[in-house]
Amino acid sequence: MSEKPMVLPAPDRDSAEYWEGCKRRELLIKHCLGCGTFRYPPGPGCPECGSLECDWVKIRGEGVVFSFIIVPVPTHPAFEDKVPYNVVVISLTEAGGVHMVSNLIDCRNEDIYIGMPVEVVFQDVYEGVTLPLFRPVRK
Amino acid sequence: MYDPREIRDKCAIAGIGLTDLSKDSGRSELMLACQAIDLALKDAGVSRNEVDGLLKWDMDNSYEWDIAKNCGFKNVKFFGQVGPGGGGACGTITHAVAAITAGMANCVVIWRALNGRSGVRYGKIAGDQRASFGAGSSILWADQGLQYKAPFGILSPPQQAAIRTRRYMHRYNATVNQFGAVAVACRKHAQTNPNAIMYGKPITLDDHANSRMIADPIRLLDCTLECDGGGAIVIVSAERARDLKQKPAYIMAVAQGMENSGEVMSDYPREMTAFPDCELVAQQLYHMAGVTPKDIDVAQLYDAFTLVVIGQLEAYGFCKPGEGAAFAENGNIELGGALPVNTSGGNLSEGYTHGMTHIIEGVRQVRGTSLAQVPNAELCLVTAGPVVPTSGMILRR
Repeated sequence: MSEKPMVLPAPDRDSAEYWEGCKRRELLIKHCLGCGTFRYPPGPGCPECGSLECDWVKIRGEGVVFSFIIVPVPTHPAFEDKVPYNVVVISLTEAGGVHMVSNLIDCRNEDIYIGMPVEVVFQDVYEGVTLPLFRPVRK
Repeated sequence: MYDPREIRDKCAIAGIGLTDLSKDSGRSELMLACQAIDLALKDAGVSRNEVDGLLKWDMDNSYEWDIAKNCGFKNVKFFGQVGPGGGGACGTITHAVAAITAGMANCVVIWRALNGRSGVRYGKIAGDQRASFGAGSSILWADQGLQYKAPFGILSPPQQAAIRTRRYMHRYNATVNQFGAVAVACRKHAQTNPNAIMYGKPITLDDHANSRMIADPIRLLDCTLECDGGGAIVIVSAERARDLKQKPAYIMAVAQGMENSGEVMSDYPREMTAFPDCELVAQQLYHMAGVTPKDIDVAQLYDAFTLVVIGQLEAYGFCKPGEGAAFAENGNIELGGALPVNTSGGNLSEGYTHGMTHIIEGVRQVRGTSLAQVPNAELCLVTAGPVVPTSGMILRR
């Protein structure tokens, strides 16, 4: 089998709805009904108050770059043709600043800075798999 | 109501054993563990019939029952594993002390042995969570926590540490040379230790700054080594230790800490420049021991990356938040400085046994037998892997 090597998310019962949301181009963040705190990753319980009652909130996907790295050498064959690539931690403005990991596209690695305003954009990367990526907010 | 101060000085580390550290041990991890345990028992002067407790790091590949079988331990009444990974190093000792002070074991052996260079190299994959390959395909389906990170290309510990390093440098204007000072200090100490992988290979700040980028901003010399080797310790009650061969290394305080951000290395839930798990441990240690950071003479700080040494200098109260990078400069953490750190070379230059070498060097310092002895060292702080639920200990001579 000579399929192109890839690293893809394997959805589980706690994350299925999140990944289905991505396929619909919706960024869904888990929101605690006990205390109102947003959480990501979308685990079953609230780290703040322990409540198991929650809902999903659809957000527009606005955020800022909180940190980033540039990877020059791949540690998995899936990324051999992507180096040097960036990995970013985004603080989601509409979700209480909750952090998520992603990649920045439509942007040179040298231009990334902490505080850069970004917005989510969805990319179909494989059959049935859509990833949320980010790009600089267009002025 | 329990009072954790009651465990102070009730137990001691009576024996230590460390094999050679290398790029290829030429033997199994089980053999390495047995050899290290043998060395530790002989060091203590304890017979294997006395051993009734066995504890390990959760990531160690040898099961307690295989160790018991191959070491001739026939009456083990307390056994188990503590994690996560390097964060559990002093966690195993916490459990041993709990067992001994509760009267549930008298003589606990703890080991960590790995072929971390010739076998699985944790630096190359995300060692903290599993991922699986679909049968017959080249697709890696990342499950559990990895599903939210691995697809974006963040897979290895150095990449994860780089995210935090970038944030720390941004927030506190830390410089490359300040991180380099940590690497240089550990390397300098390794020059006194013929068993250290980097013995005979000193480095300068320029060498650190010029070493190749692993994940910008982390360089090769910011990262732990990977090696093959095994270490073991024997813990008994303080009274028993006084009857044995070596000067007891009294456990003044030992604790685990897990503040609930669930922050294993691959999570980024908040600011990232602080290590709240370490702060929780620090609070307990100083309370249990009845001492302050000023009373610590020497420290073995788990150094998977230069960043985490800087972070622990802050978390354990040796300086204020944001001042750790400057604290490491100008020989301050070298032998002769205000707080010598990692006196046998650390993970950065001695070898990587997920914290066992830090425990062993801590024992040597309070025995007065270190090759880089801090004169009159009375108290040594030993920490386990930070940026994961963690643990720590204060040893007293």
